[in-house]
This record gives sequence, structure tokens and C-alpha cells, in this order.
Amino acid sequence: MRLIGAAVLRLAPVLVVISLLVFSIVHLIPGDPAVIAAGLEASPATVDRIRRDLGLDRPVAVQYGRFVVRALQGDLGMSIRTGVPVGQEIRDRLPHTIVLAAGGVALAVGLGLVVGTGAALSRRVVVDRVLTAGSLLAASTPSYWLALMLMLVFSVSLGWLPAIGVGTPAHYVLPCMALGLQSAGAVARMTRASVRDVLGQDFLRAARAKGVAEWRVLVAHGLRNALLPVLSLVGLRIGGLLAGTVLVESVFAVPGVGRMMADAVVARDFPMVQGGVLVVAAMVVVVNALTEVMARALDPRVRG
Amino acid sequence: MNAWLAFFRRDVLAGAAFVVLVMVTAAAALGPWLTPYEALAVDLAANYQPSSLAHPLGTDNLGRDTLSRLIAGSRVSLGIALASTTAGLLAGSAIGLLAAWQRGWAERLLLQLVDILLALPELLLAITAITVLGRGTISTVVAVAVYAVPSFARIVRAAAQPVVGGEFVLAARASGASVFRVLTRHVLPGCLSPLLAHTTVMLGSAMLLASGLSFLGLGVQPPDAEWGAMLSRGRELLRTAPLGAVAPGVAITATVLSFSVLGDSVRDATDPWLARHWRHSR
Repeated sequence: MRLIGAAVLRLAPVLVVISLLVFSIVHLIPGDPAVIAAGLEASPATVDRIRRDLGLDRPVAVQYGRFVVRALQGDLGMSIRTGVPVGQEIRDRLPHTIVLAAGGVALAVGLGLVVGTGAALSRRVVVDRVLTAGSLLAASTPSYWLALMLMLVFSVSLGWLPAIGVGTPAHYVLPCMALGLQSAGAVARMTRASVRDVLGQDFLRAARAKGVAEWRVLVAHGLRNALLPVLSLVGLRIGGLLAGTVLVESVFAVPGVGRMMADAVVARDFPMVQGGVLVVAAMVVVVNALTEVMARALDPRVRG
Repeated sequence: MNAWLAFFRRDVLAGAAFVVLVMVTAAAALGPWLTPYEALAVDLAANYQPSSLAHPLGTDNLGRDTLSRLIAGSRVSLGIALASTTAGLLAGSAIGLLAAWQRGWAERLLLQLVDILLALPELLLAITAITVLGRGTISTVVAVAVYAVPSFARIVRAAAQPVVGGEFVLAARASGASVFRVLTRHVLPGCLSPLLAHTTVMLGSAMLLASGLSFLGLGVQPPDAEWGAMLSRGRELLRTAPLGAVAPGVAITATVLSFSVLGDSVRDATDPWLARHWRHSR
């Protein structure tokens, strides 16, 4: 409980900064936001009406207050291109994005843990070299290009998986791979270092000495401690994965929040950009805080 | 010169990375003299061509030569990475130095802000910046610089923190040197080796982010050749001229990978303690 309270306290200023950042978009764009929203051909009367509707005639502090209160109620304003409520649009699209990110995380964690543990248990130098090179290569490959190459191999050449769109589970396989492979390398390296570190610790020897069964030593004492840094790493990576959907959704024509943001920037539909950035950024920091709480709760040294 | 040779002989991978970067830099510098065709020359009669002697990497949807565009693109992609990293280096170092020098609430506030920005995914920051600035090459440089600033600030502050308390700093102040002079002449040189390593790695990260923005149509605008922008119509190329979709990605990956490898080696060579300590956290 104390851990959760502390996490919420740390989270609050972060969310305030994010909301300020997103709010200030409207006032930082060159030109009058009311004119941009109304369109260039609009009459001065229309512009004035829209200025009032958007609350742009009020003091900035009042505008920010309204922005925050409404956002907390799920009201993120209207798209200035389509007139659709931004909150509605995001609710419709978010499931696709979450499925992609979750699939990417699952792949990164699954593959990373298996490869990393294997590399830690193997004593051969060549395994280390290959793992290090592989994870550096994965981190240097643009996700959108990896997406294209996966599409080239598995859709165009082999015809095993659908290339674009959503609908069946098969549609999500390639996007999740494009998202997750990058982080898999990092997870694998972290797992290897962490497992190797733990295997040499005194507390494993102590557990064996007091007669704990070998499998229990490895799983309950070894793996549990080895996974803590991996958990923290994954928490930090989820943010990148969520934001990475902007690129991957564009390649695979997935109608998610990432694609929505990219399209909205091109269309200069700033309420849409604000809503998307606000929701994704909030998700990122909340997930980070959650994993931090989990890591602390699982760590016997911190738990005390 | 001998030290350089020794460095690369010990670290073959870093040598290979260095060679790749020299080649990319040469392509960027000599671009117009190397390209067999005009990078923007449209030839609709020869679109979507496979690899041939005339077009080693084929042509794109408008019949433009992919190899020529790749070479022309190296100047844009590398230029953006260099410009944005330099901007991030200068602004971030200034913030980091000030934060190390000034202790108190201002420092804490600044660091808190830096930490929050570091926690946000770079693409979100960049999208926010581009929404404000509008699409284009200059906006991309600024957006990527915004992403680079907080990490430079963190690195410089961490490196400057122990140096600031040194007696030679006190001596310099006592003999009348201004704060600016002390920070740039006495403190900053102590931060150079972590800064050099981070700058090298950041050049790669900047290229990755900038090419992603151009891929989305938010960065370098068509018809200009840029590696990420060349891939934005990649899906159409897959069935007709796959080489056109493969080549720019290989160029980006090879360059970014080389920056990372070289950056790691620079760090290992300049700071053995950090190298041991960091290898596990990366």
C-alpha cells in the first residue's frame, strides 16, 4: 500500500507536465487556432463563434483548467476535420493499439527470456558474441523497415500471412513481430546478465546448504531475483512499444491510435493529436509506475 | 595516428563500423559527383525496374534511380542527424552544466523536467514538436534535437557533478574567472569522454528517429530523397521492385549500427569502469 501511495505521488507531477505539454500545442502553433479550426475561407463571424465554442476567448489558466477537467471526464474535444469526438475515436481505435503493444511485449519477453537464460547457462563465448551482436542489430533496425521486410518474406513471397488490415488473429502476427523483436534483443541481454549475476550469489549457496531442492533453488530463489531487473526493463520498454505503433500501424494499415496520430499531424487536426499524445503518454507513465511498484513488491530487499 | 591504429586493431568491430561511417560520409560529401542519375529525375517509362546494369538497385514508382537517390539521401539523413545531435549537445550540455553548478530548487526542478522528458517515448515528443512546427526538414531537426537534449543534460550533469567540487574550480573562481569561463574551460573538459561516447550513439538514434518521421510523411517532404522518406511508399515497391524497399533500410540499419558499435567502443576505451557498469544496464 505504501508503495502504491509513493508511486501515485511520483506520478502526479509527471501527468501535470504531460498535460501542460499537450495543452500548450494549441497556443504554440503559429497562427490563430480558431482560424485554423474554422478553415481559411471562414467568415470572421464563424471564426468568432468557434473561438467562443473552443473557449479560446478565456484566460489561458481557465482554458487549461477546463482542458484538464474535461480530459478527466473523457472529453478530449472534437476533431476539427471530421467533427467526431476525439475521445470516441480513441476508444474505437485503442483496442487495436493495445493488442499490438501487448503482443509485441509478449514476444519480446518470451523470446528474450528463453534466449537470455539459454545464453546465461551456456559458458561459450561465441553465444555471448552472437547475442550482443544480434541485440545491437535489432536495436539499430528501423521498426517500419523490419515491418516491410517481414511483409516481403511472409506475405509477398511465402503468402503465409496477410499483409495489411485487421480482422483475424493472423493479421496481428507480423505487426507484433515488427514491434517486439527490437525489445527482444534488449530483454535477452538483460536476462543473460541478470541470470549469470544471480547464479553466483551467496543466497543460492545458502538455500542449497539448508537443503532446498535444486529446482526450487533455481526457480524460487534464482529466477525470481533474476527477473527483477528484467521486469523493470520491460516496463521502460512498453512506452517505446506503445509509441512504436505509430510507425508499425502505418505500414500494416492497422486502424489504431498510432496511425490516427500520424494522420492527424498531416491533416493539422490538433485536437486529435492532443488527444492521442495525451492518452498514449498517460498510458506510458502509468505502466512505468505499475511495473516499478511490481518490481519493488517482488524485491525482498525493498519489501523489508 | 598509431594510437588510432592500435584502437582499431584491438577492436575489429569498431574498425568495421568506422569504415562504414567513412563510406557514408564520403557519399554524403561527394553525392552529386557520385550519382549516376539525377536523384529527382523522373522517367515514367522506366518505373518499377528491377536491378540492371543501368540501374543497379532498380527504379521507383516514378522511374527515379534508387542508387542515385540512396546516395543523395545520405546527405539529407546524415545532415539531419548531425544538425539535431549538435543542437541537442549544445543545449543539453548547457543545461547539464548549469544543473551541476547551481544547487537548489532550480536544479531539482530542471532535473525533474529532464527525467519526465526522458520517460516519454521519443516519437510522442517528436510528433508533438512537429504538430507545433509543421512538417519539413527544419522541423525534423528541431524535433529530434528536443529528444536529444534531456539525455545530454543528464550525462553532462552526472559527469560534471564530481568535477564542480574540485579545488581547481575553486582556485579558478578565486583568481577571478567568470562562471561561464570556469564551466567551459575547467568543468566541461572533464565531461568530454562520456560526452563523446553519447554523441556517437545519439547520432544513430537521431538518424533512426528522423528517418521514422520522414517515413510517416512528417519529416523530409517528397520529392527530396531521404532514406526514411524513400521507404514511405515501400509497400507498393514490395511486389514490383523489392530492392527499392530493401536498400534504404539496409543503409539506415548499417549506419545506425555503426554509430552504436563505435559509441560503445569509445565508451569502453575511455572509461573502463563505466563500461563494466553499463554493459549490464543496456
